[in-house]
Amino acid sequence: MSTIALTEDHHGGSTAVRDWSGPASKRIVTGFGFWIFILSDMVMFSAFFATYAVLLGQTAGGPSGRDLFDLRNVAIETGFLLASSFTCGLGTIAVDARNKLWFQVSMAITCVFGLAFLTIELREFSSLVARGAGPTRSAFLSAFFTLVGCHGMHVSAGILWLLTMMAQVYAKGFRADIQRRLLCFALFWHALDIIWIAVFTVVYLLGSAK
Amino acid sequence: MLGKLSWSAIPFNQPLPMIASGVVALAILAVLAWVVLSGRLPYLWREWITSVDHKRIGVMYVLLAMVMLLRGFADAIMMRMQQSIAFHSQGFLPPEHYDQIFSAHGTIMIFFVAMPFVIGLMNLVVPLQLGVRDVAFPTLNSVGFWLTCTGALLVNISLVIGEFARTGWLPYPPLSELTYSPGVGVDYYLWSLEISGIGTLVAGINLVTTVLKIRTRGMNYLRMPMFCWTTLATNLLIIAAFPILTATLAMLILDRYFGFHFFSNEAGGNLMMFMNLIWAWGHPEVYILVLPAFGIFSEVVSTFSGKPLFGYRSMVLATMAICVISFMVWLHHFFTMGAGPDVNAIFGIASMIIAVPTGVKIYNWLFTMYGGRIRFATPMLWSIGFMVTFIIGGLTGVLVAVPPADFLLHNSLFLVAHFHNVIIGGVLFGAFAGYTYWFPKAFGFRLHEGLGKAAFWCWLVGFYLAFMPLYAVGLLGMTRRMQHYDVPEWRPWLIVAAGGAALILAGIVFQVLQLAFSIRDREQLRDETGDPWDGRSLEWATASPPPAFNFAVLPTVSGEDAFWALKKRAVEQAEPQYHAIEIPRNSPTGFVCAFFATVMGFALIWHIWWMVALGAIGAFATFVVFAWRDHDEYTIPADEVARIDRIHRAQRRTMLSEGAAAR
Repeated sequence: MSTIALTEDHHGGSTAVRDWSGPASKRIVTGFGFWIFILSDMVMFSAFFATYAVLLGQTAGGPSGRDLFDLRNVAIETGFLLASSFTCGLGTIAVDARNKLWFQVSMAITCVFGLAFLTIELREFSSLVARGAGPTRSAFLSAFFTLVGCHGMHVSAGILWLLTMMAQVYAKGFRADIQRRLLCFALFWHALDIIWIAVFTVVYLLGSAK
Repeated sequence: MLGKLSWSAIPFNQPLPMIASGVVALAILAVLAWVVLSGRLPYLWREWITSVDHKRIGVMYVLLAMVMLLRGFADAIMMRMQQSIAFHSQGFLPPEHYDQIFSAHGTIMIFFVAMPFVIGLMNLVVPLQLGVRDVAFPTLNSVGFWLTCTGALLVNISLVIGEFARTGWLPYPPLSELTYSPGVGVDYYLWSLEISGIGTLVAGINLVTTVLKIRTRGMNYLRMPMFCWTTLATNLLIIAAFPILTATLAMLILDRYFGFHFFSNEAGGNLMMFMNLIWAWGHPEVYILVLPAFGIFSEVVSTFSGKPLFGYRSMVLATMAICVISFMVWLHHFFTMGAGPDVNAIFGIASMIIAVPTGVKIYNWLFTMYGGRIRFATPMLWSIGFMVTFIIGGLTGVLVAVPPADFLLHNSLFLVAHFHNVIIGGVLFGAFAGYTYWFPKAFGFRLHEGLGKAAFWCWLVGFYLAFMPLYAVGLLGMTRRMQHYDVPEWRPWLIVAAGGAALILAGIVFQVLQLAFSIRDREQLRDETGDPWDGRSLEWATASPPPAFNFAVLPTVSGEDAFWALKKRAVEQAEPQYHAIEIPRNSPTGFVCAFFATVMGFALIWHIWWMVALGAIGAFATFVVFAWRDHDEYTIPADEVARIDRIHRAQRRTMLSEGAAAR
């Protein structure tokens, strides 16, 4: 390094603080960084939530959530998304067990559930537009479509990522960097659940309350 | 086929933008031709464009900032000239052009000068100060840089193809809605900031993870240099604030492209929501810019006073306090919204509270200098110039934080003078101090002192001449962004302000000369030891410029001012055991990804939908190809590490023996 001691032990007796032990491992760094990304993503969602709350009453004489939301439909949708999180968890266990077959099976099911969620969401959107309650009808509907649609776009991006990861595991196996990516993907997919629970509560449950 | 794009988008009939962009295009072509003809393109591609080395990315960020500073300053001097002659006349800039100029000036100076400058310095220095080999995510770092370039490029393309926003640097609706801004100007603004905003967010995630997870052994939080602390605070703010900007601009995009009603006047839209959202990002942004500058001043003042930073812990506390409180003051940007006296009072008081930690910092710097053996090198001059200037800016800031006073001063030139006072006197002086201070670390030779001092004095005096008159005309009732006026009392002040801008121009010329002469005389200015300023933190413990791996053996830290402590103990150490070092392989991912982002951004602005799809697919494909790489690292063998390090050790030994002889 240099002529000066840079590798000496610390001296002068014990200190009260435990010394930092040096750079963290790649797995920890990647996971931590991805957590921070998720937090920033949640900040973005909170901006959309805040906007939705402000514009909730601005229906411009058009329909409100009470007139539009079909809770049964949303319940089925939610069921698919939560179930996909469970199968995604099974996929993580398969990674730990280094079982390629079970990984692919559980990821495929996750993908199907995710697509089912998206299909129901798109059907809801198109039926709203067909009934004249599209996003340009009122500020409330603009905020609704943006908030829910933003989550839907995250799920779509997640499915694209999921398919890429399936292909990667198929081609390369459980390499260390691929495992780190799978960790990030799992974090992402579960975070979408958390956001959906907020959407479900704030938009649909509170919105259809009498 | 080409959406809204046609030949009429190019302003053939307007000489000013055509000549300006023609000159810029010629300059770019000349540089490109020189690079290609002299055979430097492969070197540039291999060593810089595809580099994932934090030091090189940092240098490129700063370079981007300095080039864009020239563009932003050209806008500034045109505005000063316009206002000095547009008394009872139209001046030389027609209104629609003048409006684009002040919008572009603000946008460029904040997003493409101040931001890349501070992010570049953080990138360059923080891993070195933490005693480690790289940032947390080297390739993403490169992606972030190149996406910032995409944003800058799109803003500059707007000069030739189409137009830029005429809405001011923050596109307030309803003016920025499609009804009132039907052109592509606002779309240029929106997409360049959405794309570069992603780059900034990536940089923020990267640097927070680096500071929190990648520090050398013994580098506890309360042993980190102050610049690392301000980097942490800044990047936490980036992570918490930039997503709000992304969301807000996305809503405006939806309004403009698909007829949504977020901020429109009809169907229940709420334009004041835009002010609230944009400033919920915008005020933290102010501190995103100034906190790194505070960190730089802390390093510089302590080094050039030959003393440890006074009140280190209070400085940490003040930094983190600013980090939190900066999210609680945004409403002071629009007291005139009419939220009522209670709300205004709360935000007014919060704005005054945030001045307290800033005051703590000023006192700490003063006490650091007190009793120190001060060397008045260029970085120290910038720091002292900052302290004086920033206090004035801070005081006028507290003044406009008083709601009743703000009702008089809102949107006047007094406000313009205030924020230039803190941004030039705070952020820009800090960036210049850091540039001069760390230049030898990045390149291995110092910048010319005499020209640096000349540049400093021109900037300092020029700043006061340009902006103190604006306080006066602001109090005389002149509002901002006026293309012409007919109040005779304002005229003399505006002529003085134009003179100040000319003096700042002289400062910039000196800076360009300083760089040119320093490169020419680099052998005389060579820094052999890696420690040209008698520094205190670990970036000075390695060679200048540092090897690709920064440190042959990661240092172990046992207190504050890690390198100073080691120098004081100056004991001859046995050669360490060298090991092979793994370094991330360079990758064109960032560049290629930004290329597709540019294509996509341009296509979105002009509604060329097939090209949007092409850009999106290209960007995704780039990432997949990147993810498919089998070897993302290469190994520097132990022998090579030893060879490089022995040279540095020998130079260090010579310095030490010379130092001992001098004593």
